[in-house]
Amino acid sequence: MKKLSLFVLAVLTAHGSAFAQARGRGGAPAPPQTAKAAAPIDLTGYWVSVVTEDWRYRMVTPAKGDYQGVPMTPEARKIADAWDPTKEEASGDLCKSYGAPSILRVPGRLHITWQDDQTLRVDTDAGKQTRTFHFGAWQPTAGAPHTIQGDSIAAWEGGGRGATDGTMKVTTTNLKAGFLRKNGVPYSENTTVTEYYELITMPDGTPLLVATISTSDPTYLRQPFVISSQFKKESSDAKWHPTECSATW
Amino acid sequence: MTRKTILAVALVTMASAPAFAEVDLSGSWQSINHEDALERGAGPNPDDWAGLPFNDSGRAKALSFSQSIISMPERTCWFQTQWHIAAGPFSLRMWAVPDPITGKVLAWMVGAWETRAPMTIWMDGRPHPSKNAPHDQTGFTTGVWNGNELIATTTHLKTGYIRRNGAASSDQATITTHFRRHGDLLTLTLIMDDPVYLTEPYILTRSYNLSTNPVAIGGPPCIVGDEGVESGRVPHYLPGKNPFLDEMTKRYGIPSDAAMGGAETMYPEYREKIKASFKRPEKCTINCG
Repeated sequence: MKKLSLFVLAVLTAHGSAFAQARGRGGAPAPPQTAKAAAPIDLTGYWVSVVTEDWRYRMVTPAKGDYQGVPMTPEARKIADAWDPTKEEASGDLCKSYGAPSILRVPGRLHITWQDDQTLRVDTDAGKQTRTFHFGAWQPTAGAPHTIQGDSIAAWEGGGRGATDGTMKVTTTNLKAGFLRKNGVPYSENTTVTEYYELITMPDGTPLLVATISTSDPTYLRQPFVISSQFKKESSDAKWHPTECSATW
Repeated sequence: MTRKTILAVALVTMASAPAFAEVDLSGSWQSINHEDALERGAGPNPDDWAGLPFNDSGRAKALSFSQSIISMPERTCWFQTQWHIAAGPFSLRMWAVPDPITGKVLAWMVGAWETRAPMTIWMDGRPHPSKNAPHDQTGFTTGVWNGNELIATTTHLKTGYIRRNGAASSDQATITTHFRRHGDLLTLTLIMDDPVYLTEPYILTRSYNLSTNPVAIGGPPCIVGDEGVESGRVPHYLPGKNPFLDEMTKRYGIPSDAAMGGAETMYPEYREKIKASFKRPEKCTINCG
């Protein structure tokens, strides 16, 4: 009986200890951790895209009318069928295929840093784009103009139990209309992008960043367009090679 | 406090504590084939190996491949190893198998389809067999949890394909599959290591939606039939005789060097190498979606 009571005491103590950590010693609420401090995974660093999927839609500009795999509405198809690379080039609006729904499909490198304790920043060398992922209670400014990268709210999910099992969920809205693929497959400004970023350790120990990207667009997509992109970690910026947006390459 | 009451308090307390790792993967997962739609559906273009980290042996073997080879009775069911999860278009049915004595999860199952055998992911810590043990299309798979991530390692596979146009994996290959659930979305990351045909790991990621429409637990078995290939003939192409070498150039303007694959074709800087030789066709004419 004594042993049993000790066992129960140990269980209760361990359980209470967890509560104490959450609430702070002495019952006072502990100050909330910053997103940076609470990060279950470290996404910072340089990452290079590994293009093993959709190669002919990503490494080169596909032909007009090549839309395989995209659940487009008839309206979207009409718009894409009217794609004219010469006009796109002449328009000066060259970054339509570098917006949040498609930027992680563009072959290139990511540089991920903490802009501050609550904001993760992702820079791309291809197209020189910057995305900012806001944690916490951040809200976009009402009525602000839509932009190429939109407004992104981030949150950590899971993590803390395995070495690399946490996930960063990012929800992006307020996007300027653009292209899912360079050959004019459109998305509208009503688009919402939901992304899950996770780390995987490859058998040889190399960190791999996997982003699952779900794009919902009531205007041009019949169902969410779901793709996933992977990036290997690089040890330095030696291969960082900023290039301008291009409408044709 | 009685002994029973003390135990009850302890059990309730333990049950209310956060679960230690693991996530429920069971259910029917509908495949989302938005990426690599052609490769996973109708099948890839012949001789399209762009983005594959081939070595010379891998490329030579692929170039010798004739699709007619699967008409041979002994090769009809040859290609579908567990990599078919990534290379094929099918949905997944997953369930846990409990140990009848302890009730713990003994294995996770990924149901079969057609010519791919079910994947049994042993979770009880058993070792992989000797490297000299028999190999088959099923292979031998063990799993571990890394928090909410299930990591499965498959060995003891026979030669199979990694793309359904003759790009092959050897019997020395290892497949590592990472299962990550995000609510009703499941992402699989599959990594193929093959010292015989690849210079680097080949990585594919696939997504699935949780579905209330049940996915079959097992497809019909692969049935060998006589398709008229005379005994002893092995359909193939001799070196330099593969007739599809310019297929990707004709259809998509992609330089044939790029279509021959190799690790460099997986990385962004390769675009600069083909920029001058790529000629975008005016309009898509085949498999346009």
